[in-house]
Amino acid sequence: MEYTILILLLPFLSFILTGLLGTRLKPVAAGTFGTAVTGIVALLSYWTAFSYFGAGRNAEGIYPTMIPWNAEWLPFGGSLHIDLGILLDPISVMMLVVISTVSFMVHIYSFGYMKGERGFQRYYSFLSLFTMSMLGLVVATNIFQMYIFWELVGVSSYLLIGFYYTRKEAVAASKKAFIVTRFADLGFLVGILIYGFYTGSFSFTPDSAVIGTAKVFLPLALGLMFIGGAGKSAMFPLHIWLPDAMEGPTPVSALIHAATMVVAGVYLVARMFPLFIGYAPEVLHITAYVGAFTALYAAVVACVQSDIKRVLAFSTISQIGFMIVSLGVCTSSDPHAGGLGYMASMFHLFTHAMFKALLFLGAGCIIHAVHSNEMSAMGGLRKYMPVTHITFLTACLAIAGIWPFSGFFSKDEILAACFAFSPVMGWVMTFIAGLTAFYMFRLYYNIFWGRENRELHAEHTPHEAPLTMTIPLVFLAAVTLAAGWIPFGNFVSSDGQAYRIHIDWSVAAVSLCVAAVGIALATWMYLREDRKVADSLAVRFSGLHKAAYHRFYIDEIYQFVTHKIIFACISTPIAWFDRHVVDGFMNLLAYVTQKFSWVIRGMQSGYVQRYGIWFLGGALGLAIVLLLV
Amino acid sequence: MDYSAIFSYMYTEIALAGVIVAVLLYDLIAGERGRRYFQTFVCLLMLFFVAGTVYPYHGGTADVFGGMYQYTPVAGIVKSILAIGTLIVFLQSDAWLSREDTRFKRGEFYVLTLSTLLGMDFMVSAGHFMMFFIGMELASVPMACLVAFDKYKGNSAEAGAKFILSALFASGLMLYGISFFYGTAGTLYFEDMAAKIDGSPLQILSLVFFFTGLGFKLSLVPFHLWTADTYQGAPTSVTSYLSVVSKAAAAFILTVIFVKVFPSVSDYWQLMLYIVIVLSITVANVFAIRQKNLKRFMAFSSISQAGYIMLGVICGTPYGMTSLIFYLLVYMAANLAAFGVISTVEQHSGGKTGIEDYNGLYRTNPKLAVIMTLALFSLAGIPPFAGFFSKFFIFAAAFEQGFHVLVFIALINTVISLYYYLLIVKAMFITPNENPVPAFRSDRGTRLSLLLCLAGIIALGIVSSVFDGIGLYSFGM
Repeated sequence: MEYTILILLLPFLSFILTGLLGTRLKPVAAGTFGTAVTGIVALLSYWTAFSYFGAGRNAEGIYPTMIPWNAEWLPFGGSLHIDLGILLDPISVMMLVVISTVSFMVHIYSFGYMKGERGFQRYYSFLSLFTMSMLGLVVATNIFQMYIFWELVGVSSYLLIGFYYTRKEAVAASKKAFIVTRFADLGFLVGILIYGFYTGSFSFTPDSAVIGTAKVFLPLALGLMFIGGAGKSAMFPLHIWLPDAMEGPTPVSALIHAATMVVAGVYLVARMFPLFIGYAPEVLHITAYVGAFTALYAAVVACVQSDIKRVLAFSTISQIGFMIVSLGVCTSSDPHAGGLGYMASMFHLFTHAMFKALLFLGAGCIIHAVHSNEMSAMGGLRKYMPVTHITFLTACLAIAGIWPFSGFFSKDEILAACFAFSPVMGWVMTFIAGLTAFYMFRLYYNIFWGRENRELHAEHTPHEAPLTMTIPLVFLAAVTLAAGWIPFGNFVSSDGQAYRIHIDWSVAAVSLCVAAVGIALATWMYLREDRKVADSLAVRFSGLHKAAYHRFYIDEIYQFVTHKIIFACISTPIAWFDRHVVDGFMNLLAYVTQKFSWVIRGMQSGYVQRYGIWFLGGALGLAIVLLLV
Repeated sequence: MDYSAIFSYMYTEIALAGVIVAVLLYDLIAGERGRRYFQTFVCLLMLFFVAGTVYPYHGGTADVFGGMYQYTPVAGIVKSILAIGTLIVFLQSDAWLSREDTRFKRGEFYVLTLSTLLGMDFMVSAGHFMMFFIGMELASVPMACLVAFDKYKGNSAEAGAKFILSALFASGLMLYGISFFYGTAGTLYFEDMAAKIDGSPLQILSLVFFFTGLGFKLSLVPFHLWTADTYQGAPTSVTSYLSVVSKAAAAFILTVIFVKVFPSVSDYWQLMLYIVIVLSITVANVFAIRQKNLKRFMAFSSISQAGYIMLGVICGTPYGMTSLIFYLLVYMAANLAAFGVISTVEQHSGGKTGIEDYNGLYRTNPKLAVIMTLALFSLAGIPPFAGFFSKFFIFAAAFEQGFHVLVFIALINTVISLYYYLLIVKAMFITPNENPVPAFRSDRGTRLSLLLCLAGIIALGIVSSVFDGIGLYSFGM
């Protein structure tokens, strides 16, 4: 399957070409080229998945891990070396399919959404870069390659968030995203180095004999790696960049900040899962608590936001929390006894990518129509935008976990895994699922029903988006409808054996009821035009409402910590040290060099006979030194 | 004697001799029209030559002419690097050679350059001091002609005179040292000598004298004084050839001789190199900062680079050898790019080579300015360009051998070098200029050569198989 290298090379080529040619290329040409390449990549990924899973299981009953392509890139002494290659196993193949599908849809969609924008070519070039990096991340054969592409993903995210670089907010948001994730990546890097030092390799499957000697440090390394993952996946308290990242173009939010890049942290934990389970189960459970808290926090905040992209952003954070929890509650690698969460997490990653991309793309259509992100500019849009309405509703039902939409199936597995871990965890997550249903339908009613902003709509009548934008919506809605029926456990499970998904109806009934309550509540509060209940509740709990609206002041706390504590007490002295001691040393070097050059410039006199004297004198001087020492 | 061994192992030299004969004949036969395609002809020939000899045909080593000539795969790699460097210089030289006053003798340029290349090839493969010396002289004498190629220009003639006088001096001293070796060891075969080197004062003295000859070629301090005058006066294409190809050959054979012949006195030559490295890097940096002329500037830059190159020699290990050859390759790409820009700017601006003339180059010739910048970045060792990796490897090799202080001094000097390399960048991008070098389009050969160098600057560091490939052969040295 050597052709899989094309999956990485083609987007890279597209990035280089559209990037170098830039505005010399017509916008349509750049877009078509990028889209065509992504289309081919998607087809290749499907073919890879088809032939990988088609090849069947080996004698042990698992799909064998394949490395169709590998090159030793940077050897160090001993067994340590950094490879670049392609690794195919069930989760990487699954990710290939997810990434290339969403990326392809976003490429098509952007034709309509970005039409006439300045920097259209640059946009497509960056999209290609992102696609390449993300694909490279998931097929990494070792942790260091993963890190390289991890950073590349971060860079492309930075570039795309700051795409509208003339807008101050976009620039600030891109910087924030870069710095916060970079800060977290420091943990990742340190983790990798510790890992490499103690296991003597960067491989995902190190020699088990060597691991024995690294016992104390392996959990530490894995914990540090999780910090990197938490940064990318916006886990509390490193989540602050994601809501701001919504300053980027909406299709970018769909691709990077909903479907693919933000789940990199989940993928990382899943990739290291055998090590987590085998050597650091406590660390794994800590991630579960972090994930659960994040899920709860983000869900509460999402209930009161008024910017529709922010609601979706917090919903993403919350859903990623679900995936992390699901991985974290695993207690063994046997899916029948405590390892169900692994499969559930990957399943949810898959279905979430599809319906969350759909939600973002739908939001893009709406923003395209009303030229605003605020709910107050919307309301009653169902008349104007039927396709967007129906597909958006599909996605809302899926994320709320209503049968037979895909979210129901994956969320059910997650809840089952949580209940198996501890009833408390199960009930908490069920409650969050109910909150999810509530805030999603609050969003839905506020956009498509409820109080219509008639003045604005009279001035500028909303209209359905062009075909290039609605086709991806319909496609993703179809996937959302169908994806739940995929026998996912057949392909991905914690021990690699086939796992037959069976709906645990006691859990399912509870979660369905909770979701129904959430939806009913939202309907009661937001369906009608006057919204008496909602407003009076907001007034009665104004303290809580205000705190949640301001995201519980986490950003302000960061502001305080960074400015008042870090900048004032740590950075200022360090800056002084840098300016006076470090720079002073460099200035001293420069000064000495200058003076020295005055002293010895006579050497270069231009008389060849004097050169001869220096020559001979130098040789004799060297000889004397050698003979004396 | 079995003559087939000659053809089977000396294929590089024989093919190169063939190339020289072909060029001579072309010069003789081709008319005025045919001479217009001289560059194309020579470059194509060189291309075939490089393609035919780039891959070592034999895995192991072999002696030819009773050990006078030694075939090693790693020497084959060095020869290919030299040949590629020569090819790039040829690509860059056409604008200069097409001028009124040089047009009629362009054949001479090619023949002379190829003769020096032949000499270096023999030198690199020498197994006997006589062979080594003859190869070196074969490279040295035509080189003096090349330096004085524009002989009607005062500074070119001056440069030639200084070069040949210094070269004679160096050769004389070196031959003196070699004669002492013969006197004390009774042989000049590298392999037989190793056992006879006992570190007597006379031998140490002759070791130093022998070293001066190559120190001259490499322009190491204190044997470097000719460098600046010669580099400035010589035609730019010759300067670039001198700064890269000639140095590469000398650095390689120096390592081979030190490792093969003088392992028993390694303490002595390591100390000697230690002193020379510190002096070269520091003194050259100090001078480089004060230069006003870009060619002179590059002369001091190349002296300090030679100091870094010596870090690979001082190790005396296969890893050091690998990083040395890799360094040479990377240095070649960057230096030839810089000289390519200097040469083409000189030809299109009526001979401007001052640093001030480069003020505002970015406005008029952005591509050249960017290439120059990347070349200087690579020379300074800024990641992610190849120069960073080559410096990294060579420092690592020296560090591994315990030269910690030396590596630290070298590191400090890279900081200083960063300053003066960036001065040029500043001139090109920031300093305003009323009348900068006007916009022009270089000839096809120069553009192609710059593209090649650019590819080298960017790709050599990232494509790690290059380093690994060299390493594979170095371990068999």
